Amino acid sequence: MKRLGPDDDPDRLYTVTGGRSRSADDHALDLVTLIVSESDPSAGMQSEHARILTTCRRPTAVVEISAELRMPVSVVRILLSDLLDRGQVTARHPRVPATAQLPDADLLKEVLDALHRL
Amino acid sequence: MHSTASEPVHPDGATDTDRVPLRATADNGLKIVVVGGFGVGKTTMVRSVSEIRPLNTEETMTRAGVGVDDPRGVEGKTTTTVAFDFGRITVNDSAVLYLFGAPGQERFWFLWDRLFSGTLGAVVLVDTRRLDDSWYAIDRLEAHGMPFIVAHNDFGGDRHTLQQIRDALDLSEEVPLIACDARDRESSKAVLIALVDHLYALSTRDAVPVQEPAETAP
Repeated sequence: MKRLGPDDDPDRLYTVTGGRSRSADDHALDLVTLIVSESDPSAGMQSEHARILTTCRRPTAVVEISAELRMPVSVVRILLSDLLDRGQVTARHPRVPATAQLPDADLLKEVLDALHRL
Repeated sequence: MHSTASEPVHPDGATDTDRVPLRATADNGLKIVVVGGFGVGKTTMVRSVSEIRPLNTEETMTRAGVGVDDPRGVEGKTTTTVAFDFGRITVNDSAVLYLFGAPGQERFWFLWDRLFSGTLGAVVLVDTRRLDDSWYAIDRLEAHGMPFIVAHNDFGGDRHTLQQIRDALDLSEEVPLIACDARDRESSKAVLIALVDHLYALSTRDAVPVQEPAETAP
């Protein structure tokens, strides 16, 4: 299991999120929701927010941001919800229904083609 | 210090930015999960087919947050941490497939809905030395109504036939079971293709509820 760095103890994670744990639910951010920066980092911004804005100059999945920042997904969701609220990032949500329904056959065909091309 | 050019330039050489950016048009993330016990080769399989060096991260959750009523208060909260690897395969200008390697142990399933709802399908990677782990994963996937196939990661020297494995896992004939070598890119590709072929067959089967969620264990 990956160990968080020395700076990433639970107290620090608590500080990073201001102690919040639930607010990110509003935005329903999936692991593979793609996040895109809509502005550049600015002076005085919380460093984690700045790193996200830099990382997301190209579309970047929530889970990739989590790996990049070495923070649990739930913490990243909270940080992202701050940025979403301020319009500093936008979210491209997966277009697969988040239920047990199967995606449409055309999309699966595209995935198959991509796998064959690998 | 950073330019705003959209080209993926790495002016300082390798740092944490040996990231390969997605296409600017990417807008539809897809998920496939490889589930299996410790040491069965999940990470190896993800690495074999991923277009990026596999990354890893984790999710934590306090058990009180999943609706467990615990009168003991704060001291009674238990934190569940699950670590997982992932890689990526670009499908086209819009879609990108994320491949997750995730542990199959019990605590993982508390996080399934939160992390892996909307997953296209799953590969259960099995090792005949530890079939018990796989049995649990199969049971949970059935309970979640998640389509899956089973891949036997054969490191060589395993004398079990696929039929023996199918019998040992009590696997329905409708669930594809194939042998693979997770270290081999072509073999790992074949596993993913078998899964998506299976999903395709299910999706084109007319209006039949093929994955009726099974009874959930208490």
